[in-house]
Amino acid sequence: MSATHPISLSVNGEEISRLVEPRETLADFLRRDLQLTGTHTGCEMGVCGACLVLLDGRPVHACLTFAVQASGAVVETVEGLTESAEIADLQRAFHERNALQCGFCTPGMLVSAHGLLTRPGVPSREAIRDALSGNYCRCTGYEAIVDAIEAVARRRAAGESAVRFLEEPA
Amino acid sequence: MNAPLGALDRPNSYIGRSVSRPNAKRLLAGRGRYVTDLSLPRMLHAAFLRSPYAHARIVSIDAGEARAMPGVRLVATGSDLVKLCKAWVGTLDHFKGMKSAPQLPLPIDEVLWSGQAIVAIVAESRAQAEDAAEAISVEFEELPVVSEIDRARETGADRAASTVEDNLCFTSRLDTGGIDDIFSGAAHVVEEEFHFGRHTAVTLEPRAIVAGWDASEGKLTVHHATQTPYQFQDLYARHYGIPEANVRVVAPDIGGSFGMKLHVYHEDMAVVGLSMLCGRPVKFVADRIESFVSDIHARDHRVRARMAVDGDGTILAMDVDDVTAIGAFSTYPRTSAVEGNQVIRLMGAPYRFRNYRAGLSVVFQNKVQTSQYRAVGHPIACAVTERLVDMAAAKAGLDPATMRERNLIADDAYPCDSPTGYKFEALSHQESLARLKTLMNYDALRAEQAALRHRGIHRGIGIASFVEISNPSPAFYGIGGARISAQDGALLKVTPSGEVRCLISVTEQGQGTETIIGQVVADQLGVARERVRVITGDTEVTPHGGATWACRGAGIGGETALQAARTLRGNVISLAAAILQAKPGELDMREGVVVDAQSGAERISLAEIARIAYFRSDTLPPDASAQLSVAHHYAPQGYPFAFTNGIQGCHVELDAETGFVKILKHWVIEDCGRIINPLLVDEQVRGGVVQGLGAAFFEECQYDENGQLTNGSLADYLVPMACEMPDIVIGHIETPTADTTLGAKGCGEAGTAAASAAALNAVNDAMSAFGASIAQIPMTPPRLLKALGTI
Amino acid sequence: MVTNLDWKRTIGACRLLKARAFTYVRPATVAEAIEAFAAAGGEASYIAGGQSLVPALALRLQAPECLIDIAHIEALRGIERQGDRLRLGALTRHVDAHDDPLIAQYAPLLRLAAPHVAHPAIRNRGTLGGSVALADPASEFPAMMLAMDAEMEIAGPEGTRRVPADAFFQDVYQTAIEPGELLVAIHVPVAGPHHRCAFDELARRRGDYALVGCGVMLAMPGDVIDDARIAFLSVGPTPVRARAAETALSGTRLDEAAIRNAQIALSEDLDPSDEAHMPATMRLHLARVLLGRVLGHLGATA
Repeated sequence: MSATHPISLSVNGEEISRLVEPRETLADFLRRDLQLTGTHTGCEMGVCGACLVLLDGRPVHACLTFAVQASGAVVETVEGLTESAEIADLQRAFHERNALQCGFCTPGMLVSAHGLLTRPGVPSREAIRDALSGNYCRCTGYEAIVDAIEAVARRRAAGESAVRFLEEPA
Repeated sequence: MNAPLGALDRPNSYIGRSVSRPNAKRLLAGRGRYVTDLSLPRMLHAAFLRSPYAHARIVSIDAGEARAMPGVRLVATGSDLVKLCKAWVGTLDHFKGMKSAPQLPLPIDEVLWSGQAIVAIVAESRAQAEDAAEAISVEFEELPVVSEIDRARETGADRAASTVEDNLCFTSRLDTGGIDDIFSGAAHVVEEEFHFGRHTAVTLEPRAIVAGWDASEGKLTVHHATQTPYQFQDLYARHYGIPEANVRVVAPDIGGSFGMKLHVYHEDMAVVGLSMLCGRPVKFVADRIESFVSDIHARDHRVRARMAVDGDGTILAMDVDDVTAIGAFSTYPRTSAVEGNQVIRLMGAPYRFRNYRAGLSVVFQNKVQTSQYRAVGHPIACAVTERLVDMAAAKAGLDPATMRERNLIADDAYPCDSPTGYKFEALSHQESLARLKTLMNYDALRAEQAALRHRGIHRGIGIASFVEISNPSPAFYGIGGARISAQDGALLKVTPSGEVRCLISVTEQGQGTETIIGQVVADQLGVARERVRVITGDTEVTPHGGATWACRGAGIGGETALQAARTLRGNVISLAAAILQAKPGELDMREGVVVDAQSGAERISLAEIARIAYFRSDTLPPDASAQLSVAHHYAPQGYPFAFTNGIQGCHVELDAETGFVKILKHWVIEDCGRIINPLLVDEQVRGGVVQGLGAAFFEECQYDENGQLTNGSLADYLVPMACEMPDIVIGHIETPTADTTLGAKGCGEAGTAAASAAALNAVNDAMSAFGASIAQIPMTPPRLLKALGTI
Repeated sequence: MVTNLDWKRTIGACRLLKARAFTYVRPATVAEAIEAFAAAGGEASYIAGGQSLVPALALRLQAPECLIDIAHIEALRGIERQGDRLRLGALTRHVDAHDDPLIAQYAPLLRLAAPHVAHPAIRNRGTLGGSVALADPASEFPAMMLAMDAEMEIAGPEGTRRVPADAFFQDVYQTAIEPGELLVAIHVPVAGPHHRCAFDELARRRGDYALVGCGVMLAMPGDVIDDARIAFLSVGPTPVRARAAETALSGTRLDEAAIRNAQIALSEDLDPSDEAHMPATMRLHLARVLLGRVLGHLGATA
């Protein structure tokens, strides 16, 4: 077993300390070491967008970052964004519009959308498609995803706040 | 007793309603359970050393160093696995004369394509397995590579697989007679040679499998990212000599399939044997680079075709020769010949003409194997037909829409047969065309096109009529000897608290199968759909059935669920009647409550009935039988396939200076019979259209003359992305099939069936201003510039 | 982002996608980084954003024994006007090239090129220094540095030196940076209000490597072009300054005739080679068409 390297980082609000092989990507670290399998790997070369996570607040490819590079950083995955309800309105809009089918690209799409909507203003459909230019989807053909993001952008601009997406215990 | 299906004003009326998918919520929360996510105790990881040569003999394998590397538990070759696994041959009896080289999980002496797995390495981590792969050396003797389709068919040509006597996998001919005379006498003849790029599915979740052999019980459990766990239960049992009852295959969430995950892959079969050899679960995920050289390819066709037309534009005949390049052997168990067979049989299907001749040659190549991939054959048949129709229209001086009005089968002409033997129950080609023209404002687009041409802006409008095969009977595979089911089964049960569980043999890959089954069950039973949970994809738990292929989930699975739900409803009502001392005919179930059918007065809830049945059977009348679980199977009868139909329109703008095409918009009119969930149908159509547009402009597996795939990565094989795809407008006609009560047909492949044809016609329409044309997809800028004569 | 020329090398390769093992160090200063490189006997790679390097490692096209993470070295950061130059720290991210107000004002060509560079998530990590040091001929930023007459500041064991852009890009993936040296900053002459800039590229899909791309910077204090700078990407082993085309524009009013002459002059500037799917004649044609459109856009927005 190759020599390991200690890392410390925040993942979904939790301080994590682990020993990792330097060659382990952040994607594999999240999925394998932390069992946060919501972040998916579709190409392991930074072309498909399935592995997007927030690193220090910005969407990045988890497959293009080694876990050692992320030591000291703040990482949020789809699981964390779900718990904090930051993307609840996006999830609800995706659900209503059926902007997902197999669901494999969906966490990456949500992270991209989240990143886009941190910019001010209501993006045009063209701007939304542009923001998704690195997110591959084979199932939906993209239109429903654009619709869902556009709807959320409009609602946020109108001051509607996100409602919880997860089930509450009765 | 039952209200008309499709009426949406009753309580629990879900058939025809756009509702969201219950199982999508956890996918949105990042809680999908894909095989790629699965981790089992003591699980090992497999990697494969792959052949760099397209055709070679294995002289020797030296894995000594690899076996000693950190984390490595096993290095296995073909000779290890042949002791465990029986070879397979990808032929079907009803394809007369078909031949194919037997296949083993890992080859013993002959490698047939560049990328073929030769040695398996099993280690504690995937990275360690790959480290060890680099330490293995294989000595090869290169053999001649068969990489094109014409020389491959000459007498004495080098053979792609040395155990097969030539490179012809299968040939077929259709001939209604007198074709040459019709063509020599026709007013107009149009002729073209078409080239279709080879495709691969590029599912976002790659192929994945975890095989767990438990020697203590002689049981095999496989978590397999497959569309059809039942087929694989049978295959693993037979090829590994395990009793079927001891094989369990589980298909959880699947990250896209599109037909690709139906087929037997050497590595997947190997993993079962590797688990037996290791005595531990073994996981294999085909990474993206491997996927390109191992996932099935499809659609590699060269079609020479001509169409004879009379003076007023009536189509008289078609004459077609299709040569298709497959791999070095036919895929198992569904073969590599079905696609070509469908191409020649679907040719011209929407049209009235009766005279037809076709030849099919399916040719072995030292390339990746090919088999069924979304819309199997339809895109090629549709593109060839529809392009010839446009060419004929031009010769006859007719607008393409008018040409189709003149030639599409009339909507009242059914039932009728195609010249190739397909039986059509009832289609709506003419109405579809009329609806499309309205939907896309065809006349206005034509006027605008003419005006813009004067300003040097070149827009193109293309339309393409199509049929689509759905609800297949055993005519597809069963008659050929394959143990592939064409029927389905459902187990419905009422739980003690009055909820409903439906375990059914159709499967889910994101298209919404579980949702629509839940809608049908809730609708027919009379309960809120939130109380129904649908479970799929586990051979230990769900009945044996056909699972997903050829658009059968809604039509066949839906009918299975409908019939099962009606039976269960009958049982519940009759038990309620016994409890209430009433007549069953006076009762109905609405919102999970048994009510007086006339007045709607509530009598007893399903939850209460269940409580009594499960816990107070002592209070039931002596002759009452509480049957709150129902098992029901349905096999399609009647038409061998339920054909659907539709038409698509594509609007593009061609930049003649650069050869770039902007897809402005796309329209679809689709008739898939009774629609269970319009939202899900529309999204299936959209996804399918984008795959077809990808085919039209972007996707192509490029091979060099040495059989090397030169663009085997997601950076070089261009899949359609968001910026280049249009918004797609969809309208529907519903012509139900009378073969089932539900009347639903399939819709999953319709989008892909005609999108590339409509796009091909649109670009040709734009290019006609330059006197140029193209008959090859993908239509790339260099190809368009060449066609335009710019370069 | 994996460079498009690497794929030829994967044919016949093992087709693996997990990197070989390496050690990892995170130096705090340039000196420490250079020392770490020397200590590894040259079997090391610097990593900043990693958007091109990580895929190369995953594919095992490269396998350094040591990865030196320079992303936390303060001296490589920052965007600052220094007299008539804009100093861009090598760690300036692509996304900053798009968002930063100083770049928008003083190096607008970078802002115009940025949206075409890969995809948003790549731009959040990729660095200008990384892009320039890799010198993929299909990359936007190296070509723009050429168009802007930028200067590269390189640190090595012997100290720092500056190399102007037109001596910096030497061949495919080859620059003036010697093994072990580190690109510290890029110094760009500030653009003024009399500068007009435009960028465009032809790419099959948004974010793909361009079939051809060009950035133009015109100095036009009045109606007449004082100075023209045109740089092309994806036309050869390095980005190319189209000097004959520039000369054809100098002193003109950017009218149709001048644009046509610039297009014609491109035959002297560009000599692309034949590729499997794009003959040289076609690439030259596309370059001509693109230049015409970019100049036409600049003329129209006068």
